[in-house]
Amino acid sequence: MQALVIAAHGSHLNPDASDPTYAHADAVREAGAFDEVREAFWKEEPHFREVVRTLESEEVFVVPLFISEGYFTEQVIPRELRLEEWDPERWDSDGTDASQATLEATDVEKTVHYCGPVGTHDAMTDVIVSRAESVTDDPDVGEGVGLAVVGHGTERNENSAKAIEYHADRIRGRDRFEEVKALFMDEEPEVDDVTDYFESDDVVVVPLFVADGYHTQEDIPEDMGLTDDFREGWEIPAIVDGVRLWYAGAVGTEELMADVILERAADAGADVGDSIETGREAAESAGDDGTDPNAGAGAGD
Amino acid sequence: MSDPANRVEPLLESARDGGVRFDGFRLERTDGAYVLETSETDRIEFDEATADDALSTVAEYVSNWWYWQRVVEGDGTARRAFLRWCERAPPIEAEANGEIADADGIDGSREADERSLPVPDRYEALRDGVDREWGQLRITTRFVDVDEPDGERVYDLWHADDAGTDLAELDVYDDPREAREIATYDDDGRYRPLNTAPTLPSGWAFTGCSGEELVEAVEFFYPATVANWHRERLETLDVDHWLETAERQTGIYDVIDELPREAVDWMAEACCVDSQCLRRREWEYEADDELAIDGGDGQFPCREPCSLVIAAARKWTILESEDERTYELELTTSEFNQLAELIDAVAEGRTDEIREADVYDGANRYRARYLRAKRFDDGSLEARTRGEQ
Ligand code: SF4
Repeated sequence: MQALVIAAHGSHLNPDASDPTYAHADAVREAGAFDEVREAFWKEEPHFREVVRTLESEEVFVVPLFISEGYFTEQVIPRELRLEEWDPERWDSDGTDASQATLEATDVEKTVHYCGPVGTHDAMTDVIVSRAESVTDDPDVGEGVGLAVVGHGTERNENSAKAIEYHADRIRGRDRFEEVKALFMDEEPEVDDVTDYFESDDVVVVPLFVADGYHTQEDIPEDMGLTDDFREGWEIPAIVDGVRLWYAGAVGTEELMADVILERAADAGADVGDSIETGREAAESAGDDGTDPNAGAGAGD
Repeated sequence: MSDPANRVEPLLESARDGGVRFDGFRLERTDGAYVLETSETDRIEFDEATADDALSTVAEYVSNWWYWQRVVEGDGTARRAFLRWCERAPPIEAEANGEIADADGIDGSREADERSLPVPDRYEALRDGVDREWGQLRITTRFVDVDEPDGERVYDLWHADDAGTDLAELDVYDDPREAREIATYDDDGRYRPLNTAPTLPSGWAFTGCSGEELVEAVEFFYPATVANWHRERLETLDVDHWLETAERQTGIYDVIDELPREAVDWMAEACCVDSQCLRRREWEYEADDELAIDGGDGQFPCREPCSLVIAAARKWTILESEDERTYELELTTSEFNQLAELIDAVAEGRTDEIREADVYDGANRYRARYLRAKRFDDGSLEARTRGEQ
């Protein structure tokens, strides 16, 4: 038997913070590749600490629903899972290429495949593009359009910027969008000045965050000038300095994220059969009405 | 579930393959004959040709064997142990391994509740349904077919407060995942960050669940409680006490191991007592240093301080680092007592219940506003600090 654990942050204050985790877990459940699927959290239950013991499977794949390699993925999650042999060296990564490490948890007799975060997986590039397609309602979006991938920046974690740049580079390499830029909340180039960095008349802005919350629903919309007061919402697109800004909201709410989770587990040796395909078809046939970019406002903690 | 007639061959096969010893039922193959024995019936011998007849005299034992060994399966799992507890079956697997210390329960208070039923009594009880409570949940185990039980059980799950409510008045669900949604908000629509807070809303029911669905739903309501309860029964619960948990923290929680010893008592009294959390706190300050407050009577254990307590501990650690001072302020005796009433009302979550015009209650809103109008200066209590030498 094999189990999948999706490890996410969660929140004590904002009930919506875990919604994307539940949605992706349910998509993985429906894909049917795993005997057991569990959500696990730092701030909700089951806690990282106690999730593995709730499983009957001997083989457990843990996929962190985090954007970058850093404090949570390198320290908190492995420690709380009791992966004593863990060392960030086991990922052998320079910030964006962690794949997995096979370890034993000390409180259970199980093999734990500890995977890299979803945010740095190559498949995430597709999710960002797909997000741009859904917010513009244009499956061929790209020509004459700029794309901004937005992240925290280095203040909290230097790898956070690396992950943003990694995907921006990959999308740029595809020659699909007129221009592609990585922008940040707390360092240059800053998302506040988004219109300064583009020449195109249309710019799609995709924040690389796992869930909507304070940053994506309050800070960024106000900083970019989409609205003076986030509580009043904003137009999609909104005209700022003569540029049409298509603000996508957190990429982590995109349905295709379930595929990235499956890809992560598959890379670590999970037998996922054809569930990635199946999941993708299901997501496509569900159309682009699955996510409301204005849903889930509120601060995480 | 299979036709009962189709269970005979698999049962005989198990008898040939090492024998069956299960729930007061014993079937072995010796020298070309099958030997059958139960807790209530004498030993009989039969062969293949008379197997159907012989086994039909102990039909309950056969269907019970089928349900547990061929439907539930999962030997040694928490899921199986929990489902057996649900119908008051003896915890046989553990007993057989000599792992269970005392089938009568973990301590005196739960002893009566742990009485287990042998198969015939259990079959009688399952016709009406066997009820169990798990935190605020009520679980009923019953036969699918009450008139001619074929061994298959189903499980109903609802709020203990709804035990007497007609099913027609409840929102009925069948997908265990719906439990996540139900558990998210309390009756006042407020977010419940602690799943085991005694604030689970009522008015819903899951009916006719399989064992697997039941455990899944219970785990969505009260995550990891089944696994930790099971470990406790096997005496393998790994408790992490306050100090080791606090010392493990990093980042913004790195400071919490500085929380003074007595503050940990106050914290447990604030957060972990039965009125606030249905888990029974098993962690102490350290293994040989118990907290002053009792861990409570919860059905399932709490094996280490939860994330909510860790987050609150950070606030208390910062607050406890302040020096104490002596304040001088003017209050009447009643005003001084009113401060206590106000704190008490908030601590007991009673403020919503105090009626608008109940000016006899010190925590009444008008009373509080009056006190503020009289004794506040610039947004805080008017007082002088006395320099302490
Ligand atoms: S630490 Fe206290 S409040 Fe938290 S789950 Fe345990 S008993 Fe409940």
